[in-house]
Amino acid sequence: MSTPRLSADRESCIGAGMCAMTAPDVFDQDPDDGLVLLLHTEPPAAHLAAARMAVGVCPSGAITFHAPEPDHA
Amino acid sequence: MSDSLHTVTALPTERRSGCPFDPPAELIEARRHGPISHYTHPGGKPGRLITGYDTVRAVLADPRFSSRKDLMNVVDFQLPPAPPGEFLLMDEPEHSRYRKPLVGKFTVRRMRMLTERIEQITADCLDAMEETGPPADLVTAFAKPIPTIVICEILGVPYADRASFQEQIDTFMGGEVSDEELIAAYTATQEYLARLVAAKRAHPTDDILSELTDSDLTDEELKGISLILLAAGFDTTANMLSLGTFALLQNPDQLAALRADPALTDGAVEELLRYLSVAKTFHRTALEDVELDGHTIEAGTTVLLSYNTANRDPDRFTDPHTLDLGRQAAGHLAFSHGIHQCLGQQLARVEMRVAFRALVDRFPTLRLAVPAEEVALRPEAADIYGVKSLPVTWDAK
Repeated sequence: MSTPRLSADRESCIGAGMCAMTAPDVFDQDPDDGLVLLLHTEPPAAHLAAARMAVGVCPSGAITFHAPEPDHA
Repeated sequence: MSDSLHTVTALPTERRSGCPFDPPAELIEARRHGPISHYTHPGGKPGRLITGYDTVRAVLADPRFSSRKDLMNVVDFQLPPAPPGEFLLMDEPEHSRYRKPLVGKFTVRRMRMLTERIEQITADCLDAMEETGPPADLVTAFAKPIPTIVICEILGVPYADRASFQEQIDTFMGGEVSDEELIAAYTATQEYLARLVAAKRAHPTDDILSELTDSDLTDEELKGISLILLAAGFDTTANMLSLGTFALLQNPDQLAALRADPALTDGAVEELLRYLSVAKTFHRTALEDVELDGHTIEAGTTVLLSYNTANRDPDRFTDPHTLDLGRQAAGHLAFSHGIHQCLGQQLARVEMRVAFRALVDRFPTLRLAVPAEEVALRPEAADIYGVKSLPVTWDAK
């Protein structure tokens, strides 16, 4: 089973903290510059819903979900 | 196509009697006709009014819409550019030059670390309120002092200066003074901040303003940044606390639910933000012709975005005019959206979570001391909506 992958773009991040607030097990903020830190590129199933919501509320479109890669198994 | 648009000739000056929490009826009606309306800015220039959630959000995320003050096409003369440091009214790259050094100082984690201190400040305010009342004016006893003390401590405004400083900000945010008084208050604030920045540069203390003197920002820029942070830091939160309490008192079932369940607090704050949207409107100006919902917004047109109407859009929020603390209110536009989304939102959240929780726990019998229709509201012309005073009472122990 493959899971959807997340990516975060620190260039477009504005450090609002919405992702770290919404899905704290998946995202954090860099303590120095406040920008997004991705803790899991493949979030565990338990945190998938929160991660999706974080993507939805990000004000600058800095985090993205990519469709799962085809299963080769 | 554009001819089919609904027209709103001017922003309403009042809300419907008995509905202090709802956007003016004309704006709710406008949204019913569609997300975009023809609109004439108070300065006489034709523009558009946007009231639909999806459309407001789309404009805020679209770099073809500018925040620049000098591009705003609302009056017959050219507006000056934003003063140095006032990055709310700037586009990239100027906006980021100012915002970037601040972002790390307002993270979720740093703001949560202030929880204990904010609990202490709140407890002090509630102690004083309990000792001198009942009754009390919740605005002066609770809603204003908490965010004022917090933002002044964060920025490093000395304790002795706070009262006069708050008065000046009240004058130019309240929407009810003559132009002369407004300019006088604005000038006094500017002069005070210039002295404060110079003092921090000479003798740095443990606060954000002192930290920022270590960057490449000039004194003039630091003054502008401080003005934004201070004005945004307490007028907004103060009005959320007072108007929010009023809304809770008018929705006793919701208040009872919040009182009974501390786990409801975070969601309650989000719902109050959505429901009240005290920062009601912002402008954007089209840099080029933009197609929006089948209509062309021509280059140079300034659009007025109604956040409070968008946050009551039934296509986005079920039963939008009901305060429902248990609902999923995430995605509301109370802190805006896009690159200008509120820098201090995580601070505001901590303040509101702490303050509302402490208030409902401390005063189980809190109620209005006057009939609801006698509560004095800010005029619609004020940038930030709210109550002027909120007389409350409770059963003394």
